[in-house]
Amino acid sequence: MLYREAGQFKTSYQADQAIFPILQDRWFVVTFLLAALAVVPLLINDYFANAVFLPFLIYALAAIGLNILTGYCGQLSLGTGAFMAVGAYASYKMMTAFPDLSIIVVFVLSGVITAAVGMLFGLPSLRIKGFYLAVATLAAQFFIIWLFYKVPWFFNYNATGQISAPPREVFGILVTGPRAEPAATYIFTLVFVAVFAYFAKNLVRGRAGRSWMAIRDMDIAAELIGIRPLTTKLLAFGISSFYVGMAGALMFAVWLGAAESGETFGIDQSFLVLFMIIIGGLGSILGSFLGAAFMVLMPILLKQSMVDGLGLAAVTAKHIEIILMGCLIIFFLIVEPHGFARLWQIAKEKLRLWPFPH
Amino acid sequence: MTFKRLTQGLVAAAVLAAPVMASAAELTIPSMVYRTGPYAPNGIPFANGYADYFTLLNERDGGIEGAKINLIECETAYNTKQGVECYENVKNAGGGALVVQPLSTGITYQLIPKAAVDKIPIFSMGYGRTSAANGRIFPWVFNFPATYWSQATAFIQYIGDQEGGMDKLKGKKVALVYHNSAYGKEPIRTLESLSEKLGYELMLLPVDHPGQEQKATWLQVRRERPDWVLMWGWGVMNQVAIKEAASIRYPMDHFIGVWWSGSENDVLPAGEAADGYLSGAFHAPGDGFPAHDAIKHYVYDAGKGAGERDRIGEVLYNRGLVAAMWTSEAIRNAMQIHKTKNLNGTMVRDGFEALKVDETRLTELGLPGFTYPIEITCENHEGPGKVALQRWDAKAKTWSVVSKFYDPLRDTTGPLIEEDSEAYAKENNITPRNCS
Amino acid sequence: MMFFLEIVISGLTTGVMYSLVAIGFVLIFKASGVFNFAQGVLALFAALTLVGLMEKFGLPAWLAIIGTIAVMIALAWAIEYFVLRHLVNQEHIILFMSTLGLAYVLEGAGDILWGSDVKVLDIGLPQGASDWLLDSYGLYVEKLEIVAAVVATALVVVLAVFFQRTRIGRALRAVADDHQAALSIGISLRTIWIIVWSVSGIVALVAGIMWGSKSGVQFSLSLIALKALPVLILGGFTSIPGAIIGGLIIGVGEKLAEVYLGSMVGGAIENWFAYMLALAFLMFRPQGLFGEKIIERV
Repeated sequence: MLYREAGQFKTSYQADQAIFPILQDRWFVVTFLLAALAVVPLLINDYFANAVFLPFLIYALAAIGLNILTGYCGQLSLGTGAFMAVGAYASYKMMTAFPDLSIIVVFVLSGVITAAVGMLFGLPSLRIKGFYLAVATLAAQFFIIWLFYKVPWFFNYNATGQISAPPREVFGILVTGPRAEPAATYIFTLVFVAVFAYFAKNLVRGRAGRSWMAIRDMDIAAELIGIRPLTTKLLAFGISSFYVGMAGALMFAVWLGAAESGETFGIDQSFLVLFMIIIGGLGSILGSFLGAAFMVLMPILLKQSMVDGLGLAAVTAKHIEIILMGCLIIFFLIVEPHGFARLWQIAKEKLRLWPFPH
Repeated sequence: MTFKRLTQGLVAAAVLAAPVMASAAELTIPSMVYRTGPYAPNGIPFANGYADYFTLLNERDGGIEGAKINLIECETAYNTKQGVECYENVKNAGGGALVVQPLSTGITYQLIPKAAVDKIPIFSMGYGRTSAANGRIFPWVFNFPATYWSQATAFIQYIGDQEGGMDKLKGKKVALVYHNSAYGKEPIRTLESLSEKLGYELMLLPVDHPGQEQKATWLQVRRERPDWVLMWGWGVMNQVAIKEAASIRYPMDHFIGVWWSGSENDVLPAGEAADGYLSGAFHAPGDGFPAHDAIKHYVYDAGKGAGERDRIGEVLYNRGLVAAMWTSEAIRNAMQIHKTKNLNGTMVRDGFEALKVDETRLTELGLPGFTYPIEITCENHEGPGKVALQRWDAKAKTWSVVSKFYDPLRDTTGPLIEEDSEAYAKENNITPRNCS
Repeated sequence: MMFFLEIVISGLTTGVMYSLVAIGFVLIFKASGVFNFAQGVLALFAALTLVGLMEKFGLPAWLAIIGTIAVMIALAWAIEYFVLRHLVNQEHIILFMSTLGLAYVLEGAGDILWGSDVKVLDIGLPQGASDWLLDSYGLYVEKLEIVAAVVATALVVVLAVFFQRTRIGRALRAVADDHQAALSIGISLRTIWIIVWSVSGIVALVAGIMWGSKSGVQFSLSLIALKALPVLILGGFTSIPGAIIGGLIIGVGEKLAEVYLGSMVGGAIENWFAYMLALAFLMFRPQGLFGEKIIERV
């Protein structure tokens, strides 16, 4: 009753092609964003910023990146962690080499640099497919991590190879470094993620997204209808790495403040982001957010409810948490292999008919 | 649905995360531990020792000067990101955490900048950022009693002693087998700088995480036959390295591990072959001290022990214990300085900075000769930096300290610490404070 | 020259150790198309169970091994019953993810059941270098790895006989070739899956014993899966001989690289070199050395 498109007439092509064609959807997105921008910052504290919101937003950005590659273009990648590391180290180098450069420019440039690296490691995808490609991307993962340990230039020749983010401002407000207010880091990240999510949403509806999906569904057929696998796949690797790289830079500079290549961006990161897009929904921007929310919030909720709620010892709770996470992942894969995004879609379909389903 | 999910999640988390308000004069000490994950075998005994000592104080003395200790364990799995979550969760618990023991190099690096802002001192005992020894630039970080760099100089001095003088080191070959990470790379600069001065040849052999396969590394050792092998290892790497060294018949008494490569866990899997293996230490092994008896009596007999009774006195257990001892002494010190039992992080920091635990005090605490006396000052957060060597006896399955406590070669480590900490200060716009 | 020989030999023996893990992957992938990432954790779980049975219940090694095999079979049944059964006909990536979920569960369960300490696994396998070779030829070969090589050979022979000569083996091959056709002639997919997961559980036990004797049984054991992956892509996902040959190539390749190339660029290159090597092979044969040729039709 509340949610239906009946009566919403489209009188122009523009209206017909809107990102959210249904009025209620638009309202929903706008209210949601307003709430996220206006209400959350009032309530936020260090814990919620650093343990909940920043990881959620940053992982969502990384998940969008991986989803472009894996969900839309069908190229399985396990190199996400390393590409995040590229973004992080790129931002570190730029922050320390050009202290006056705007941090926004730094992050976007980190993404661009990562895109170039991603395209380089995407080259084998022209010949290798499926799980073979996935394992091949692990070559990138291990090589890049190794490189950041071995070449002292990347960490400014300090003694150990740990990098830490110097304080930087946006419009006079600190967003990196320890003194940054949680609300500031949160809003900064939110705006960043929202803008680029919007960009991605548009991208996947356009020519690029359609050719990616054609490649994903059947690359030979796509080739026959005139889609060049070389440019299309490399573009997917590039754009995907651009997002992943920015996520890595944000993770290092805004969220963690310090990083070490193998520790922070190890292979478990690659798996974590892959989990997010599969649980959230392959080939869905919304799914990236839902998946990130699940993988970030669920362990915290489980932990909090077991340690503080049930009073279990931290270690037992951790063991149970690991088991439960495994079970939940399997459960959701069985119940809805297409992820939360699909559940959301089903809910919307139902809602359109509600309360008169027949 | 997204919003609903999110709000529900948040409400639930907010309700659950709400800190339990503590009664007055309760001392909240978070304990970031890793009892799961790849490094759990090392994390467990440390966490047990740390917890047991505080339980002892609570049970026997009613806390520190009558103020109960509230130890909050948080599981990090040795993972930086979980460490951040833990830290944010516990830092405000019970009116504010008094001191944080991050127990991981990665987490320490993360928390160093935060410590000054949140006003919670970090006690990274013998790990973390070595240059944090410079108290002028890192007022909130304490890494006494010794750092990796001091330890590297101690090892070289021991080698010098065995070879019959530091001048005999010329032309000798020393290999460093290290965990290829920030932690493993710590001693390289010190060793390089010493090699320039003393004229030994340094051979670097990194081992990638996790280090189950080290054939190539040890074949190189076999070919080059370095006179001494030093190891900065961690986790499974230690066990495999010791076994491989035994296999190529490398003499164990010329093989020295860092203090994190010298616990029962590391040598037991190698069995008899590990006999004579050496490692660094800044405290005694074994459970022969009055404090251990007290723990058995007050804690384990009361069924409040954190671990198993027969594992009291393991090297890493004792390390947790000594960490807890210094922490509690710093807190006691803070109480005396500020003449209150309602402490906050700033006061405890003052307690750390003026900490002095001498032999008399150690004896009072039931730990005579357990470790060496320490004294912390405003400039020097590393303290005396002394390191001894302990040897593994595979038959008796015990460690025993076999050398004197070596003073660090400050003329080598001093400039390195200065250089590294100043680079940090410059990058992060920190003005060094004045200590005089 | 002797040194070069030593590197090659240790590369070969290490490669065999990798193959032991890779074979488990191959078995499952062949029969069900599942890329089983839990294989490493399976090895850890098997080794933990074995040590647990020996330590906690004081069983002799042979009895504990039988007991562990029983546990692995029960586990295979449970995996089929609770997970795979519900995921028939799903995409590969979904199945792959479900095995990652499975890895979580086993990891947590293993920790809770048997604790997280390093456990010494001693079922009487020889340790250390072979004295005879070392003393008379100055050649360093690890005894445990000779045993591993013998065991791996025996394992491959047994598996080959099992696949070629037995009824179940033929059914397995039929399933591997074509699920639909196998079903239509009355082969039960579920039984086959249980069998294949059991077999691969037993292979995991063998791998767990070998690696566990080497480094002690602990969490890190599960990470050997990452060393088996390059072996797997090099040999091809569907070929057991491929897993062995792949293991040998990777083993020798990474050891030579570490010693000769590593000393030039700073060392610790083994991990990524193995992947790069496999990648280089893939550029010429995208399906691995012995993998089935991928035929694509529109």
